[in-house]
Amino acid sequence: MINNVIEVVHIKKAFGEIRALNDVSLSVTRGEVFGLIGHNGAGKSTLFKAMLGLIKPDAGEILINGTPLHGEAFRRVRRHIGYLPENIVFYDNLSGLETLHFFADLKGVAKTECQAVLATVGLDHAATRRVRGYSKGMRQRLGFAQALLGQPDILFLDEPTTGLDPVGIREFYGIVNDLKQRGATIILTSHILAEIQERVDRLALMSSGQIQATGSVHQLRENLGLPMNIELFPAAGILPLALAALQTGGFSHAMHSEIGITVTCPREQKIPLFTLLAPYMAEMIDIRISETSLEDVFHGYASPKLNGPEKNS
Amino acid sequence: MIGIELSQIRVIAAKEFWDRIRNRWVVAIAIVFAVFALLIAYFGSAQQGSVGFKGIELTIASLVSLVIYLVPLIALILGYDAIVGERERGSLDLLLSMPITRLELLLGKFFGLSAALAFSTLAGFGLAGVLLAPEIDLNSLYHYAGFVISAILMGMAFLSMGVMVSVLAQDRTRASGAAIALWFFYVLVFDLLLLGALVFSGGQIGGDFFPYLLLLNPADIFRILNIFSMSEVKNLYGLATVFPESLSDPKLLGAIMILWIVAPLGIAAWRIE
Repeated sequence: MINNVIEVVHIKKAFGEIRALNDVSLSVTRGEVFGLIGHNGAGKSTLFKAMLGLIKPDAGEILINGTPLHGEAFRRVRRHIGYLPENIVFYDNLSGLETLHFFADLKGVAKTECQAVLATVGLDHAATRRVRGYSKGMRQRLGFAQALLGQPDILFLDEPTTGLDPVGIREFYGIVNDLKQRGATIILTSHILAEIQERVDRLALMSSGQIQATGSVHQLRENLGLPMNIELFPAAGILPLALAALQTGGFSHAMHSEIGITVTCPREQKIPLFTLLAPYMAEMIDIRISETSLEDVFHGYASPKLNGPEKNS
Repeated sequence: MIGIELSQIRVIAAKEFWDRIRNRWVVAIAIVFAVFALLIAYFGSAQQGSVGFKGIELTIASLVSLVIYLVPLIALILGYDAIVGERERGSLDLLLSMPITRLELLLGKFFGLSAALAFSTLAGFGLAGVLLAPEIDLNSLYHYAGFVISAILMGMAFLSMGVMVSVLAQDRTRASGAAIALWFFYVLVFDLLLLGALVFSGGQIGGDFFPYLLLLNPADIFRILNIFSMSEVKNLYGLATVFPESLSDPKLLGAIMILWIVAPLGIAAWRIE
């Protein structure tokens, strides 16, 4: 059994002048929930379409379960894939159940499965209603239902929680978790890091058609050497003293207002900083420590000028 | 090259067909055809100062002139949206992520729409035929059946062109423009161009192969199929004089019509991949 369910090797794709994918490599292992995060236009959907064989890369190779997505294997591979496209569009004249029947027929799945799948996504009450009358959230649920048909091994979910309310989002990740328990591999995209960072095993940050970093949330934090933000609020009169102590101790970039001091420094300098401040600790009104979030890093990738954590203050 | 799975074509075709049944497209077209057929049958010779059924030959001749405008238009409108519509609405990606090839999707669309067109044509003219049946003999019924079948084949030829446009066009607006342009060209302009060339050159150019040029237009093939099968009407048309015997064989004309169905679809199949 091949362990890398999805293997993307140096693929490139350009649409005219725009390099949508610029040498992207990626592998997703069996049973993994993999998040692909990036801003709109980062290349996530193009990468998805390439992985599904909907667009042909200009260079490079994509293997699904060790097989390229063309030739005779194509149909076999496709039967084991579920895909939820971004901005899903259905046929308004069909009911939810009829929509699923249509896709079940194409996938070679028994029609009897459709009702159960609708129940899984919480749409069984609207099964016979026409999609025309569905809300955005309901359409998204129907899209998810369609992707679940035939118990796929691999699910490609492009912005799966668009249009879902917070309850819907929680239910969605509940189902994702069930699928993972069953052994399915799930790859999903989002532009909201906060939503997926706790719910994926690994993620890849994508921008300008390239993958900037890959790893678990923990690994990404470590590798990127995210700085700490320390805010100090000393009692009246203490502020200049504390600031002077910091500046002589090497924290020359400490910034201050009338009431507080802000220092951004690498994680390992946290203890030296507090050692310097030890004489004034009793005079502090408040101290706030925050880690730079992965979200800040992620936003940083949008602006190409960001070189390192130091400039992030 | 991936082998074709008929079941996938059937799924798409069934959806297209039932969509047209459900949105009452089929019934609307059938009613239009039935009403026109009956009106023409009973009032077609009103201009000559009399009403009432004047025999199937004249009825078919009048129906041909009507159908030659109507069916290509209906077929092109039916076909132009098939692929480009799915693409523009955004449902094409999901469809193509299924275990289906682009060719199967194209064929499914074409056969489903053909079935809808054929069904409404059969139902409309069939109903008219049933109502006219007491008035006509078996031989005339045979002609009438030939008229209906050739109308369906012509519809399929124009549907094939519409589907081709749907594959080639960048968006729906351009596709609809191209479809209307095709109708305009084949139904309104083509014959004028041919006649113009013939008259302008004083019969020098194209005189001998002029009749063969008519085969470049499925609407003309349809006309020839229905006129030259009826000796009485044949004499009413000047065309009879220039038309070679070899081309009046319905089997040959039918084969060329089928070529007209296959060729645009072939281009569409090539371009959709």
